[in-house]
Amino acid sequence: MVFKRFVEIGRIAFVSFGRHAGKLVAIVDVIDQNRALVDGPCSGVRRQAMPFKCMQLTDFVLKFPHSARQKCVRRAWEKENINEKWAATRWAKKIEAREKKAKMTDFDRYKVMKAKKMRNRIIKHEIKKLQ
Amino acid sequence: MAGEKKAGEKKVGEKKPADKKPVEKKAGQKKVREKIKKPKKYHASRNPVLARGIGKYSRSAMYARKALYKRKYTAPETKIEKKKKEKPRATIIKPVGGDKNGGSRVVKVRKMPRYYPTEDVPRKLLSHGKKPFSQHKRRLRASITPGTVLILLTGRHRGKRVVFLKQLGTGLLLVTGPLAVNRVPLRRAHQKFVIATSTKVDISGVKIPKHLTDAYFKKKKLRKPKHQEGEIFDTEKEKYEITEQRKTDQKAVDSQILARIKKVPQLRGYLRSTFSLSNGVYPHKLVF
Repeated sequence: MVFKRFVEIGRIAFVSFGRHAGKLVAIVDVIDQNRALVDGPCSGVRRQAMPFKCMQLTDFVLKFPHSARQKCVRRAWEKENINEKWAATRWAKKIEAREKKAKMTDFDRYKVMKAKKMRNRIIKHEIKKLQ
Repeated sequence: MAGEKKAGEKKVGEKKPADKKPVEKKAGQKKVREKIKKPKKYHASRNPVLARGIGKYSRSAMYARKALYKRKYTAPETKIEKKKKEKPRATIIKPVGGDKNGGSRVVKVRKMPRYYPTEDVPRKLLSHGKKPFSQHKRRLRASITPGTVLILLTGRHRGKRVVFLKQLGTGLLLVTGPLAVNRVPLRRAHQKFVIATSTKVDISGVKIPKHLTDAYFKKKKLRKPKHQEGEIFDTEKEKYEITEQRKTDQKAVDSQILARIKKVPQLRGYLRSTFSLSNGVYPHKLVF
């Protein structure tokens, strides 16, 4: 199988741009070729139509019937503990690391530089020892 | 007008019984004096109103109606004014040398001007709000507070990270390395040529000597040519010498600040390093 993540009812998607950029949503129903009815009760996204283009599919799927109301979506979301599972993925960690790097102050950059230097020195030393 | 007249009379009526009470209490002699001292009675307006703001009589007619020709008052002449009346001498008698010259001349004290310009100086237009530099409002960026680490961008210490102490009277920032850390002495820096980082050193208890002002830091110029043609270019003070006072002031301030810097890990190394840009580093994207 070439594709592993499909657009289906219950698929959790990551919103990549727009008003809700950076949030997770669950696909509740498909409206037409380009849009889906989407809901993110545990991530602060109201139930609304959203184009597929701004969604990036994740590995998580919930179980609820199509057009289920928000209460059901929330129940399924909390049962699967999606928020914690998401925070544990590499994807989410990379996003967090990127944010932290952008917020670094001048002093932080200096500390990082010093830490990297020391680390590289240790590594090179170990390599030299092996030769 | 009739109404105003009644008001005037009412005033009189109110005052008289008030007057009479003290009169009755006092002795008989005073009674006579009190009676003579009548309360001032003011006449109503002698200029009837035709419409709002317009009176019936002109200025000169009113002058006559109010009998101001009889009511000319002058303030008593003070001693100062009496002294001022003594006019200064217009001419002076000066002795003149040489015989056959008559011995003295009468010379005017204030002479007529020897030159009149062709055109009069034109009247200057009114301007407002043009203040001299000493009265300008000094501003300080909100990101710069005492103890902030600043990055100097110009001057011989460009790129160095420095601790901000206070803003001086002209608006320049008083800054120190400290000297032991990065060889920047107590120095002035311009606010505009400085990047304020978000790193702050706690300078709350540090006492900065009061004599560190702009006059203390101002560059000295020694110019006393005394009209000597030779060696005009070899001016004194080509080489700047650090005075003893500067050294003591530096020690006094730095000793307090160094103690605080040592408390924060890695801060000393940070102040020793210099700031620079490299490939892929864009100042507008950096968070300082």
